[in-house]
Amino acid sequence: MDPISFLSEPLAYSFIQRGMLALILVGGISAVVGCFVVVRGMSFFGDALAHSILPGVAISYTASGGYVASNLFIGGLGAGIVSALVIAWLTRKVEVKEDSAIAIVFVTFFALGIAIVSTQASYAADLSHILFGSINGIGQSDLQMVAAMGAAVLVIIALLYKEFQIISFDLSLAHSLRLPVEFLRILLLILIALTIVASLQAVGIALMLALLITPAATARLLVKRLHHMIVIASLLGILSGVVGFYASYYLDIPSGACIVLTTSVIFGLVFLLQSGWNRFRERE
Amino acid sequence: MLIGSVVREVYDLAASAIRDTSRNNKGDPPALQVDCVSAGYRGNRHALDNISFSVEGGERVAVIGPNGAGKSTLFKAIVGVMQVSSGSITIYGEDTHSSHTNVGYVPQQSAIDWTFPASVFDVVMMGRCRHIGWFRWPGKDDRDIVRDILEHLSLDQLAERQISELSGGQRRRVFIARAMAQDTRLMVLDEPFTGVDQTAEQEIIESLDILTNHGITLLLSTHHMENAALHFDKILILRQRVLAYGPPEKALTTANLRDAFGSALPVMTHGDDLLMFSVDYDGEGTGDGSD
Repeated sequence: MDPISFLSEPLAYSFIQRGMLALILVGGISAVVGCFVVVRGMSFFGDALAHSILPGVAISYTASGGYVASNLFIGGLGAGIVSALVIAWLTRKVEVKEDSAIAIVFVTFFALGIAIVSTQASYAADLSHILFGSINGIGQSDLQMVAAMGAAVLVIIALLYKEFQIISFDLSLAHSLRLPVEFLRILLLILIALTIVASLQAVGIALMLALLITPAATARLLVKRLHHMIVIASLLGILSGVVGFYASYYLDIPSGACIVLTTSVIFGLVFLLQSGWNRFRERE
Repeated sequence: MLIGSVVREVYDLAASAIRDTSRNNKGDPPALQVDCVSAGYRGNRHALDNISFSVEGGERVAVIGPNGAGKSTLFKAIVGVMQVSSGSITIYGEDTHSSHTNVGYVPQQSAIDWTFPASVFDVVMMGRCRHIGWFRWPGKDDRDIVRDILEHLSLDQLAERQISELSGGQRRRVFIARAMAQDTRLMVLDEPFTGVDQTAEQEIIESLDILTNHGITLLLSTHHMENAALHFDKILILRQRVLAYGPPEKALTTANLRDAFGSALPVMTHGDDLLMFSVDYDGEGTGDGSD
């Protein structure tokens, strides 16, 4: 097969085109938001948030009697925001360490979600769609929704970039500048929740964390300034979306697994090359 | 001791009130006015117990006291990182919490994540945040101001460096530069001399002189009494309360220091003179070689 038909063959069908676009969008947006997750050391929170949207998704699923994406968005987003706020609220008390609060909310919501899904007859298939994504089911309106949510997230980050940078780096500066610290923190959590929900169909809950963390962590190895890191991470996220898409098509592996494995391979390569390069330079 | 300190406090307030009227013709509000402030946190509800003092515009005040004396708590309250439980703090006549007056704050170095992806330029630019305004990115003016400040503090060669690649002294100067970029008239520095070598110490002192030349009022905490005595207009000895406040020769008396530090401090007297010393209370190593 020649390279051009290798690349163009999968794109003959519009539903596959939509899938590819969704993976690109999701890869790029998650990587941008993920930069803040990485520099703030919130990986665990990201994972917890992804899992705790399950009850919201499950309720919309049950209510609409199947996989109706727009309802899932709303349910997932609601559960994500509720769990983010509950975590923020629990951690106001100093006796509750943040990671404990996150863990408690995370498992409670996830268990609740499983309980709700299990009331359905098609339990196993439904759960696997939600956990691992089902890229081929993405319709035109779903894609529009992903694009709209992604655009909203990116615009808010662009407008409040310097404030988010400050609350991530030095809270005391944020206070001394009289910034609304708590509002900005919660807004950032909501943006993370939005990103996770937008990515739900493409990669699923279980693998979401990798899209947030891995491209950002890879970029962190390569550059030393936050806005450079965001640019590199988003490019890596998009690249992972494209490579993951073709791997999924030709190897017949779920798209979520493909895109995540791609991000991991890129991270591994960068890490090894950089370690090798550093050792080489030390010897010089 | 308690009565003594209260008496001294009252005396100092009266003395500074007299100085205020003689210095400020038009009754300008002081740069910093701390009135009957108590503050604390869980585990130490009385970190600050009813303290009052005021600092005139352009003055340099060193705050000394043992660990746990409430120095950091005082600074956090002034900056607005922490709420006071009673009393009031005003900066140039405006209440810290209601006003938008920002205070330049150089936090303790241990409070900062030095691996954060930011260059020296980025960190100093953060100080411009409020001047740039909401929903906007830094413009040419802001970049020029930041470059100017970096040049002023001899940091221009380091502008592109990632902050983890800086020495201890450079790190503090970058934060001083950031506080300058805030364009503030009051700057609060928490232990800038801790953990730096003598050269860096000298560079920090030079940076402080630049701030003073810009008319910026300085409040600084330190364990380094020699620097406090040599480079500051006034010394505030703090141990939950204000034990003494005044010019170094008045404040740094054996009695005051014994009150503050107890037996932890090897005070030596030679005739009427108090021998200067510099001691590490927190064991972080000032590297200054006690003399």
